[in-house]
Amino acid sequence: MDPTSLILARIQFAANISFHILFPTITIALGWMLLFFRLRFRATRDSKWEEAYYFWTKIFALTFALGVVSGITMSFQFGTNWPGFMEKVGNIAGPLLGYEVLTAFFLEATFLGVMLFGRGRVSERMHLIATFLVAFGTTMSAFWILSLNSWMHTPVGYEIINGRFHATDWWAIVFNPSFPYRFTHMLLASGLTMCFMVAGVSAWQILKKVDSAATHAAFKSAIVAAAVLIPVQIFMGDLHGLNTLKHQPAKVAAMEGLWETEKGAPLVLFGIPDPVTRSNLYAIEIPKLASLILTHDPNGELKGLNDFEGKHPPVGPVFWSFRVMVGTGMLMLAASWLTVALLRKRTPATLPKPLLWGLSLMVFSGWVATLAGWYVTEIGRQPYIVYGVITVAETAAKHAPAMIGLTLSVYLALYAGLLIAYILVVKRLAEKATRGEALSLPTSFNRAQPSA
Amino acid sequence: METLATVLPLVFMAVMGLAMLAYVVLDGYDLGVGMLLPRAANDAEKDLMVSSIGPFWDANETWLVLGVGILLVAFPFAHGLILTSLYLPVFVMLVGLTLRGVAFDFRGKAGDHRKAFWNAMFTAGSFIASAAQGWMLGSYITSFRSDWWTYAFNLLIAMAVPATYVVLGAGWLIMKAEGDLQVRALRWARQAVIPFAIGIAAISIATPLISETIFNKWFRLPDFFALLPIPLMTVAAVAALWHVSGRKQIVDAGYGWIVFVATLVILLLATLGLAFSIYPYIVIDRLNVWEAASATESLVIILIGTLFTLPAIIGYTIFVYRIFWGKARVLSYGA
Repeated sequence: MDPTSLILARIQFAANISFHILFPTITIALGWMLLFFRLRFRATRDSKWEEAYYFWTKIFALTFALGVVSGITMSFQFGTNWPGFMEKVGNIAGPLLGYEVLTAFFLEATFLGVMLFGRGRVSERMHLIATFLVAFGTTMSAFWILSLNSWMHTPVGYEIINGRFHATDWWAIVFNPSFPYRFTHMLLASGLTMCFMVAGVSAWQILKKVDSAATHAAFKSAIVAAAVLIPVQIFMGDLHGLNTLKHQPAKVAAMEGLWETEKGAPLVLFGIPDPVTRSNLYAIEIPKLASLILTHDPNGELKGLNDFEGKHPPVGPVFWSFRVMVGTGMLMLAASWLTVALLRKRTPATLPKPLLWGLSLMVFSGWVATLAGWYVTEIGRQPYIVYGVITVAETAAKHAPAMIGLTLSVYLALYAGLLIAYILVVKRLAEKATRGEALSLPTSFNRAQPSA
Repeated sequence: METLATVLPLVFMAVMGLAMLAYVVLDGYDLGVGMLLPRAANDAEKDLMVSSIGPFWDANETWLVLGVGILLVAFPFAHGLILTSLYLPVFVMLVGLTLRGVAFDFRGKAGDHRKAFWNAMFTAGSFIASAAQGWMLGSYITSFRSDWWTYAFNLLIAMAVPATYVVLGAGWLIMKAEGDLQVRALRWARQAVIPFAIGIAAISIATPLISETIFNKWFRLPDFFALLPIPLMTVAAVAALWHVSGRKQIVDAGYGWIVFVATLVILLLATLGLAFSIYPYIVIDRLNVWEAASATESLVIILIGTLFTLPAIIGYTIFVYRIFWGKARVLSYGA
């Protein structure tokens, strides 16, 4: 295997999967938020919920489309970049991916049409059901994908015959040891990403003075949900970390920048991990805190990277990504709690301007945290593709570096263009929607008759 | 288990063929409409054309994921071999599908001054994806050979597939449109029938010439006579297509659907012909379905899932098509 091809193939897949995850991370949770808006409208008949629903439906449709196209690209890249993966693990990965397509993809893709355009053609109840099915479908999709991903970190329920994996226990495979933690962690991440996006866009609308009652309703719903979700996420992240310590101690050692096995290990707040000297330069440490957090004993022993020499991930990217994720989480905690505290006495429109600006800047903070978190877990799995069993290099396709380089540069240009277009269109919709367009859109369900 | 090990790969080959056919027909009309977009008379007509496929394209594209998904799930060895051999055309197709998919949303949301740009991306993406799919089909039939005759053959199919999709797209518009647009769609169908028919004929002649395995299969007696209905019925369907697409009065009498259905019949026959030609291989002369298949216990797990979900998928797909039955209106999220 040409090492240049391998690194290019990895960058290509990483670029694609990083681009892809931005959009499902929003739609998984936004589907449920839309259902919430619908249900509020049904309960109150207040048109602000209806307006909020229609405004966010537009962004949902756009986000969903980007998720679909990048997801399709990924489903092909399994084969074009990692043919050895399916040849070796196909018996296990195949059915999980198959169930995703059969139980989730078709459901969400088919009912999306009804949810977006079915108004006036179906009853209010059917429209509500379609919204539910889309939200449910996106969540099911996450279920299967995270099951497979988690299995790659904590493989169980299989036997290897002639170099190929065979399933022995499907229940154990689907609900493998890291799955419940990773699935919950990701759903909460999705919730937070969506909440900060809704809050950020709404804050921007307030600053631009194009806000309405619908903007305020969406803002409040999002920021309150964020304030509730973030402590749960911090707690869940801790459990996930403990689970990782149990199954992938090398990853945790890289996250903590722990080069040597020691008792009473310090928590490294900052430092520059140096793979040559195998130590952290300019480290700022809190004594014994890492041991306390991870073993719940200040003198507990933590395994260091020296126990995994040659088989541990690159330390720097894992170490830094972890700090970015945690830092963003802390910022989310501060921002959401401060806002909720202020909202007890104020309305969204009278919040202090610096706070609204801050929230606007945090509109995609969920993306930062989610990507950083995924880099921790995926780079932390290296050099393996199935942890402890198969390395990434064993499964790579033998393409010439020039070909991968060429396609990679086109993908990167395309994704950069699409990302810029997406952000500009969201901004445009935000600034335009409440200047009357969204207001004029809805015709009430009470009058619309099903025509099918 | 022995019988299952023999039968299941064939079952999955059939389901995969069905998924691919469903994809070609369903996304085929979307892509066809995309390629026809620049020929619309005005902006309102463009909106209507896009609206006619708006509620469906996403689900239509999912059949491609199902087809590739089954290839991956049921035939992991063929999956790796085929997709690594098709690295570049797959990449080109994905770029096309990406542009097409996002242009759907961007053209309506990015503002009027950007609409022309995204319309162009929509058409370009539709064409790029269609042509790449044609190239892939050609490559697949020739077992990924690389010589100039093969490239010429691939190029021929790369041009025939967009023509096919344009006929489907025009056929779709004949059913979904009224008035001027319908008349225009009828003309587009007729214009595309010629390259479409030439494409089918050329592929039918070139395929046995380029593949000895297929030549032996087609012209072996008595199989030759058993196969004869396929080309004969194809000729009949093309004739029906030609006849109806030239006569507005037949469409006015309520038989406009014949254009779409005749194309569907041709594609069905082509699929049957292809299936017969490659059986029992999944990559001609290189890998048969049993060599490529997953372990039987994995196939059983997927079969159970498929038996429950596929009827449901077909059921709710029909349900959604019924909701949007009838002539297309310009779509909005509100009404």
